[in-house]
Amino acid sequence: MTRLLTVENLTVGLPQGADRPHAVEGLSLHVDAGEILCVVGESGSGKSITANTVMGLLPKLLPVKGGSITFEGEDILALSEEAMRDRRGRRMAMVFQEPMTALNPLMKVGDQIAEALAVHGRGQDAAKRVPELLAAVNLPDPASIARSHPFRLSGGQRQRVMIAMALALEPALLIADEPTTALDVTTQMQILRLVREIQSRQGMGVMFITHDFGVVAEIADRVVVMQHGRIVEQGAAQQVLNAPQHPYTRALIAAVPHGDAAARPAVSVQPMLEMKGIEKTYHRGGWFGPKATVRAIHSADFTLFKGETLGLVGESGSGKSTLARCVVRLVEPEKGEIIFAGEDLRPLSRTGWLPYRKRIQMVFQDPYASLNPRRKVGDAIAEGPITYGVDPAEARARAAELLRLVQLDPSALERYPHEFSGGQRQRIGLARALAMQPELLIADEPVSALDVSVQAQVLNLLADIRKRLGLTMLFITHDLRVAAQICDRIAVMQRGAIVEIGSTAEVFGAPKHPYTRALLDSIPGQGWTPPDLSRSA
Amino acid sequence: MKTFWRNFARNRGAVVGLVILVLVLIVALTAPWIFPGSPWDMAGAPFAPPGEDGMLLGTDSLGRDVAAGIAHGARVSLLVGAVSTVVSLVIGIGLGAIAGYLGGWVDDVVMRFTEFFQTIPSFVLAILLVAIFTPTIQSIVFAIAVVSWPPVARVVRAEFLSLRSREFVQASEVLGKSRISIVLGDILPNALSPIVVLSSLMVASAILLESALSFLGLGDPNMMSWGFLIGSGRSVIRMAWWMSVFPGIAIFLTVLSLNLVGEGLSDALNPRLPRNRGGKP
Repeated sequence: MTRLLTVENLTVGLPQGADRPHAVEGLSLHVDAGEILCVVGESGSGKSITANTVMGLLPKLLPVKGGSITFEGEDILALSEEAMRDRRGRRMAMVFQEPMTALNPLMKVGDQIAEALAVHGRGQDAAKRVPELLAAVNLPDPASIARSHPFRLSGGQRQRVMIAMALALEPALLIADEPTTALDVTTQMQILRLVREIQSRQGMGVMFITHDFGVVAEIADRVVVMQHGRIVEQGAAQQVLNAPQHPYTRALIAAVPHGDAAARPAVSVQPMLEMKGIEKTYHRGGWFGPKATVRAIHSADFTLFKGETLGLVGESGSGKSTLARCVVRLVEPEKGEIIFAGEDLRPLSRTGWLPYRKRIQMVFQDPYASLNPRRKVGDAIAEGPITYGVDPAEARARAAELLRLVQLDPSALERYPHEFSGGQRQRIGLARALAMQPELLIADEPVSALDVSVQAQVLNLLADIRKRLGLTMLFITHDLRVAAQICDRIAVMQRGAIVEIGSTAEVFGAPKHPYTRALLDSIPGQGWTPPDLSRSA
Repeated sequence: MKTFWRNFARNRGAVVGLVILVLVLIVALTAPWIFPGSPWDMAGAPFAPPGEDGMLLGTDSLGRDVAAGIAHGARVSLLVGAVSTVVSLVIGIGLGAIAGYLGGWVDDVVMRFTEFFQTIPSFVLAILLVAIFTPTIQSIVFAIAVVSWPPVARVVRAEFLSLRSREFVQASEVLGKSRISIVLGDILPNALSPIVVLSSLMVASAILLESALSFLGLGDPNMMSWGFLIGSGRSVIRMAWWMSVFPGIAIFLTVLSLNLVGEGLSDALNPRLPRNRGGKP
């Protein structure tokens, strides 16, 4: 097997004032032709920097301080900008994370692929190659796709176009930087299969960057695990996945939600929240031009029993967040009943709602947007109770207690949100919701913006608090593994409707609806059961 | 606050602007002591060129001291600039906040109303208003405020529209806070930066508007202002250039300094601007 890429002892500096002196330090790895190397790590571990250094795409303020990168026998760090440009695209190509912004919005996708050919002097083949390439990435009707502008394509289709563009000149090395992170789970599976298929057909070397061990289990031949800019472990995929050596790898793998749906006893039969016949339709278009309507929610009835956790699962655009927002009136549905503790909340006025605000609280998705940047943490947590007439001094004392409950130091009261990490902010958001002493907690993707180890901590905290305070929870997520871990029952949503609802064990063990089956089949890394590391850790 | 000043001082022009502005303010505040007595009184021979007769900047056709006129005019110009800006901020922030926060048909109504003002040439409207209400300092401030609030309303509305859908605002909504306390406590503090920048530029344009009105003879007849000085020197500009040039320089420097300060503020308040960078990005 030929060695394509060798990185030896690579050190890349960070600008002064960063949290560590080097973005990556003493990094050595290699990629052979015909293999897929997965680079795994949490955000900020230096995995994207590594990829960009190999491509020669480092920003100037990150200097390469030492080491060498050899690609097809040449030291590419010594190459001129001109020579590097010639290698890029022709011999090594890259696919980026965000398919929505990686294509030029004003250019037809066929022309963009043709451009990739033309800059390397192969423009004359474009007419023949472009449809071939689009067919090679399994896009239906290549001729008409080639004539489309990017905005007509879905995220998955755009990512295929990006891959087609990267493959245009049959590079020896493909670098894929989290190419499936922004995609839905079913689309992710298709793209992973595509990468695998093309790689084995063309014998390329692939460096695949990801943060998801499920994805690693799905496609990797070898794995490199990075932490704080260093490689902590590398080896064959089977070995790293099933017998990890380094404590960090073990911690990461232990944090992977395993998707085992344990049978849970039914908690109670006393309904707390009933959604009946809720309908929400969005209208687009104005006085002129055609109008379009989107049925965001229809036929999505469910009952939430006291003390249980119901998972609302679905892909982006399935209406799960909209449905949850209807419950707290952030979205006002046109029709239907929202029966909470025996009363229909939908027709209530803003003031009529106030007594229920206390009883229904929400935790939001984005830890960076859900706290007011100009308000101290203590004030953010205490302001809810103060609005309801609790004495400010008492509310603040309670806020300190709540911070302890979510495992933060009470000194956080006097600090501003920007001083905290994503996971800590998510705990603050949880404390803010709990300050109202709610009976029903709505969690809208509370862990999807977090790294896997932080995600596990927040999930454990949620489960623990729920049990201790006897909360009822509506948990929205796109990640089935997370849902399996925390939910008693699961409702699967597709295009605004609940297609299946049942206990977690039933839904996972014997899915009835074809869409549920498709979702379950798309969970990456199903062939792999994370080893139980609790004994030996 | 400390980092704010450091970022502000990074822009050299802004520091120069701030120094000029402070000097103008000092002159305006100390005018009654430097030039005691009314600037309308005769102080020397008519048409004395600068430096003659003990007059630093010369005298006008009636023997009035131009330097005294500029110093006392600074009071009027700055006062009109500041007060009319405050009034138009109140109108603009109020309407913009209502439109941006409530959205829907309220937004439509408020924005059409705003556009109604934007389609009329603002200077013509200001002349018309002053002419109708007879030129007094109050009517001038009112006229300037009425023509300069629409941009504020638009900026505030845009900020509110984007902040309204942010999760921390939704969280406040879920906590059951009243609309007023959400607008004042959550949204407005996060929308302040562009408003601060905009208002420094509005003071500058208000001073220009007031000068233009005075130049056309629509100033308050009891108040000495820079525009009035230029206007009265206009007919004799060939024999007494100093009567128009020095007040002109005063306006130029003040407006320039306000613009520089505005730009410095906009840099210092913009968190997305690259800083602490050595090489080129």
